[in-house]
Amino acid sequence: MSAYIIRRLLYAIPILIGVNLITFVLFFVVNSPDDMARMQLGDKRVTQEAIDNWKSEHGYDLPLLFNQDAGGLGAITDTIFFQKSLKLFAFDFGTSDSGRDIGYDIRQRMWPSLAIALPVLMVGLAINISYALMIIFFRATYIDWGSVVLLVAMMSISGLFYIIGGQFLIGKLFHLVPISGYDTGLDAYKFLILPVIVGVVGGIGSGTRLYRTFFLEEINRDYVRTARAKGLRERVVLFRHVLKNALIPILTGVVAVLPLLFMGALITESFFGVPGLGSYTIDAINRQDFSIVRAMVFLGSVLYILGLIMTDISYTMVDPRVRLS
Amino acid sequence: MMPVILTTDALIFLLLAVAIGFGVYASRHEHLRAPWRSVARSPVGAAALVVIAFYVGIGLLDSLHFHPRLEPATETAAADGEAPKARYSTQVLSVLDLWLSGLRERQEKTFSAPFATHLFVKEAVEQPDGTVIRAYPRLEHGGAHLADPDNRGLDIPIRGLFGAVKGLIVWTALALGLLWLLARRRGSDVAAMADTVRRGETDVPWRVTLITLALMLVLSFTAAELAAKYHILGTDKVGEDVFYQSLKSIRTGLVIGTLTTLVMLPAAILLGIMAGYFRGITDDVIQYLYTTLNSIPGVLLIAAAILMLQVYMTNNAEQFNSLVERADLRLLFLCLILGVTSWTGLCRLLRGESLKLRQADYVQAATALGVRHSTIIGRHILPNVLHIVMITVVLDFSGLVLAEAVLSYVNIGVDPTMNSWGNMINSARLELAREPMVWWSLAAAFVFMFTLVLAANLFADVVRDAFDPRIASAR
Repeated sequence: MSAYIIRRLLYAIPILIGVNLITFVLFFVVNSPDDMARMQLGDKRVTQEAIDNWKSEHGYDLPLLFNQDAGGLGAITDTIFFQKSLKLFAFDFGTSDSGRDIGYDIRQRMWPSLAIALPVLMVGLAINISYALMIIFFRATYIDWGSVVLLVAMMSISGLFYIIGGQFLIGKLFHLVPISGYDTGLDAYKFLILPVIVGVVGGIGSGTRLYRTFFLEEINRDYVRTARAKGLRERVVLFRHVLKNALIPILTGVVAVLPLLFMGALITESFFGVPGLGSYTIDAINRQDFSIVRAMVFLGSVLYILGLIMTDISYTMVDPRVRLS
Repeated sequence: MMPVILTTDALIFLLLAVAIGFGVYASRHEHLRAPWRSVARSPVGAAALVVIAFYVGIGLLDSLHFHPRLEPATETAAADGEAPKARYSTQVLSVLDLWLSGLRERQEKTFSAPFATHLFVKEAVEQPDGTVIRAYPRLEHGGAHLADPDNRGLDIPIRGLFGAVKGLIVWTALALGLLWLLARRRGSDVAAMADTVRRGETDVPWRVTLITLALMLVLSFTAAELAAKYHILGTDKVGEDVFYQSLKSIRTGLVIGTLTTLVMLPAAILLGIMAGYFRGITDDVIQYLYTTLNSIPGVLLIAAAILMLQVYMTNNAEQFNSLVERADLRLLFLCLILGVTSWTGLCRLLRGESLKLRQADYVQAATALGVRHSTIIGRHILPNVLHIVMITVVLDFSGLVLAEAVLSYVNIGVDPTMNSWGNMINSARLELAREPMVWWSLAAAFVFMFTLVLAANLFADVVRDAFDPRIASAR
């Protein structure tokens, strides 16, 4: 097992190198640092002097790949590629364009993100599974048909409307919870209720529908027929046999997104003013802070790959039919 | 008029050609024709298709662009003694703009509620006796034909009814034409055919189709009739008609939903099949490629790419002739980058299917007979994975339309000057805090988007059910 895990981890290295190269090309080759400086300074007639100033302030005044002026090892380390891209591998994100330490910001901001994403995932999972089970229990009745229509309709609503609607209904009309904001420590709970509700409701459509198909796939299997032939009641068949087997794809799907929970929900966080990584990214995009976007791209990829590896491992653990290979 | 072909226009018509070509191809091959026949026979699919057809029609009208001709200045022409040379405005309009020119030109000063006769905000109004008071001024266009704004309560239903009747007349004409065609094919008379359709006894669900058509026609004619005199969905901050904006946004949504798939298809199909068919090192390289691309979170990759595009566009502003062209290129680029983030799913599916297919007897036989790889792929593999491609295209559509709204909200979507539902939501959200609330832009974007996405989702379900062999065998 550990050999397998190590092999999977080694597979991740070339992928991370690829991601790193892509971001490097995207951020430094497609547009030169001069272009970036001109954009940041926001004027068409910026003097070259101002551009050079901006570049040296933010550490973009180095050659891209190879520094001929610096001797020895410096020829490779005193370059943008090394300073800005390779250092990402050591999770050294450097400073943002406005001068803040990105690594520190990320460590501070991942907890609020997690505080929203984790309850959304857990509550959403519970609701989606129970709803899907209910639909299966009443399959081929009007409840089934009506629920499917409802789910498709819910899927067809943009996430933005769930947020706006939730803010309007619960925050503005009923004055139950504050519309947006955040607080430190446990006092944050009242700011978290609304985003969590919105996140859960917004996910019911696609989530429940997916789980319903998982259940439907299982319910036509031979072992279900055997269970029914034994005279088991439908309830027992569903909970003892179908649920257990359908949980395999559900849980492995959940494992895949677990690491990404830290990244937070982009739109939700910025709407509700939660100081998480999602709103951090959005702010960076709006301020055109390339360093932060670059750091988040890399971090996101790392977490995604971690999720992939965890999925593979969890598959081998829950499903004995999947062999390590 | 001087026609202008924007890049996305050209691609849209290319897509249309591809779709028609594919339709012809599918109609000649039974394994593709049979599932489509079952799509056509599903009532839900038929209803969704009618709704989608309305959207596509508007989108296509909005894709025919031209420079409007300017009125020739007669004096200069006379002075030169030559025939007046046609001069064209630099403005780019579409056929839809021409059709809705009334809506486009009837601008108010700022916000006004749906069907309002007065502005939404108070302004200093000069009274006939010279005093100035703060009041809601009358709109310049909305309900301007009413001498007394209080008559609105009567005027609206009458006009609405008039429009509805018009719509019903058009529908009746269409329905009779259809019935006549059907009756002729069957060799029965129109009255008997009408009876069959009314009882829903036809193979193709004509009853549902006709009901949906009636609904859509009545709705659009009523809206058109009312929109001639009112702002039926209100106006936005700069006084532009929201109904017009919503209609213009249709093209943006459709372009994002369809062109994205079009630009990703060649790469996904080619690489997916190659990976599955050749295996070995090719497979490894292609798998590495898509795993790497896939591991970058989509939104962030799009954000990074769009940021870079913005840098490029600010630094090379002189390359773009007009704002429309610039917005159009940005839209195309957005489609490209969305394609890059979304082709991996299809590629993986095709790889798996090709892996399976290359073991099939007929492929083995072809290999043994020394048929070239390209021929095997073209004749044996590609036709057998086409259904996967089709399902993916249809399934992806609604997700992409929804993604546009979110991306525009984060300012990494389409150009802010372009009409899109995302931009409508984005600008409307700032006004939600107003008291009383400005809700109509949001509501309009919601209704238009929801209708399209719902229809697309329902249609996609029908298509998937028709093509999925597992479901077909379980039936």
